[in-house]
Amino acid sequence: MLSARIHKSFAGREDASPFTLDIDLEMVEGGNVLFGPSGSGKTLTLDSIAGFVRPDEGRILLFDEILYDSRAGVHLKPQRRHCGYVFQKYALFPHMTLKQNLEFAAGVPKSLEKRRKVNEMIERFRLGEVAGLHPHEVSGGQKQRCSIARALIGEPRILLLDEPSQGLDATLRAELYAVLRQVRAEFETPILLVTHDLEESFELGDELFVIHQGRLVQQGSPKDVLSKPATAEVAELLGHKNVLSAEIVSLDPGRNSSRLKIDDFEMVATYLPGHLIGDHISVFTRPEDLRAWPQAQTRVVKGAGAAGGSSGAGAGGKKDERLGPNQIPAILERIVALPNSLRLEFEGGLTVTQNVPAPQLTAREWVVEFPPESIRVIGR
Amino acid sequence: MDWFPLWLSLRVALASTALALAAGLAVAYVLANHNFRGRELLDAMVTLPLALPPTVLGFYLLVVIGRASPVGKIWETLFGSPLVFTVKAAILAAVLHAAPLLIKSARAAFESVDQSYERAARTLGASEWRLFWRVTLPLSRRPILAAAALAFARSLGDFGITLMVAGNIPGRTQTLALAIYDAVESGNSTMAGLFSLIVSLIALAAVFVVNRFGARLDASERGKAVA
Repeated sequence: MLSARIHKSFAGREDASPFTLDIDLEMVEGGNVLFGPSGSGKTLTLDSIAGFVRPDEGRILLFDEILYDSRAGVHLKPQRRHCGYVFQKYALFPHMTLKQNLEFAAGVPKSLEKRRKVNEMIERFRLGEVAGLHPHEVSGGQKQRCSIARALIGEPRILLLDEPSQGLDATLRAELYAVLRQVRAEFETPILLVTHDLEESFELGDELFVIHQGRLVQQGSPKDVLSKPATAEVAELLGHKNVLSAEIVSLDPGRNSSRLKIDDFEMVATYLPGHLIGDHISVFTRPEDLRAWPQAQTRVVKGAGAAGGSSGAGAGGKKDERLGPNQIPAILERIVALPNSLRLEFEGGLTVTQNVPAPQLTAREWVVEFPPESIRVIGR
Repeated sequence: MDWFPLWLSLRVALASTALALAAGLAVAYVLANHNFRGRELLDAMVTLPLALPPTVLGFYLLVVIGRASPVGKIWETLFGSPLVFTVKAAILAAVLHAAPLLIKSARAAFESVDQSYERAARTLGASEWRLFWRVTLPLSRRPILAAAALAFARSLGDFGITLMVAGNIPGRTQTLALAIYDAVESGNSTMAGLFSLIVSLIALAAVFVVNRFGARLDASERGKAVA
């Protein structure tokens, strides 16, 4: 399949800081996703593969063909790379109808076979009714389907997609995923998709490559990457806002439990295999795994877990005796409405997503509870 | 009333606009797509005619195509008569007058075509030739059309360069601008006025074309306008 070792540096200029892309990717058959924040170098990677950009050094191999090799001095033109490329804003030629766009992609000379191929694509991607219209006359979904059909018509060896869902509403996004699922079912073309959207990565990726600041920081199946982020950095990129550093106080494999010291609080977590007492580790919790309620309503539980002391996370020590195990006080900073719930953002970056009865939303001092099984270790 | 200068000028302007368009698009394409040493020097060279006095340009052209020059000699051996002081020389003069404008506009037009269209065409396997004719040129045709209209109007009115290389031979190389000058000199203000009016009307039409097509449109809007 595709293997790409790419090194490219940009010197800093007045309007741009220096940037170095230095990655080594080994793709799998099926769906590959390059995930990273904007400016991480993922589009540059895609452009190097497509041949728009010449790396300083490295080697790009697509199946058995060398697309680029700095040592051998090989740098194939984009025309000869057999990469289908779907552009962020489709890049359908505005002066041609959708059908003419497909015909252009089918190439010259125009044979009966090519005409048949164009018609087949029009049918497969449900463009029959709009084939004679220009791109500005059709819907976003139709443009999207046409651009994917156009990229596939020349039977490329790989389909590259540059942030295809950027700026799309939920409906169009769902439509895009459906089309890409169709592509995966009907075509054998492997896919490499660039995105900074996590949802998309899980939707489409068999293999997920996380890149950050020009480097590959983790690779694996989306499930593995999400459940075992290799570093705190990856965890944060993946949207685990609740990344905390902790010290292991005790470990009890028999009862499958452990005790961690996080800030000044002790918490109970599940047993952590492969770690030692006294280890400093990073843990994360998903916002939806936490529970929070206003402090005024704190149920008084005889303090088994939470020890006192001055609080790093919030409200100060005086109410600590009212906190139960794995509970910490926190000051609510911001509330963000999500489609089906609310995201509560606390001072210090702690985030909880859940539903909250409206009257409680005025409270400032809250209690956040970490269920033991919600605490996950980053790495290993 | 002798209408010869009007027909001659229209013929010269038409031929020179076509020539300037062909040569200008080629030069503009090179300037827009190839990054080579001396690119900006070439751009400056082809812009120079806009800044130089017409008589100086005429003099240079005379040096290049005169009967004693290599080009002039080759021409004379090939065609049996000199190039200077003919309609062909007048056309060359008008090309020199009109081309800089075309090259400038065409380069800007080519460079303003959204890069992703050209990239898309390349990944789809299109040769650079096909990319130019099927994508780049159609997408930049409006500003180029506008520049061509302006070039036509300019070549219609060239005086200095034409006078230097084609002379002012009534019935042979006397163009509108020269005829107006002669008419004023000999006190024939009716003829001067009429010819001036005709030139003005043609120029006005050209300006209309420029305003109609030359309005700055970004690539997507241009697409809509074309469609």
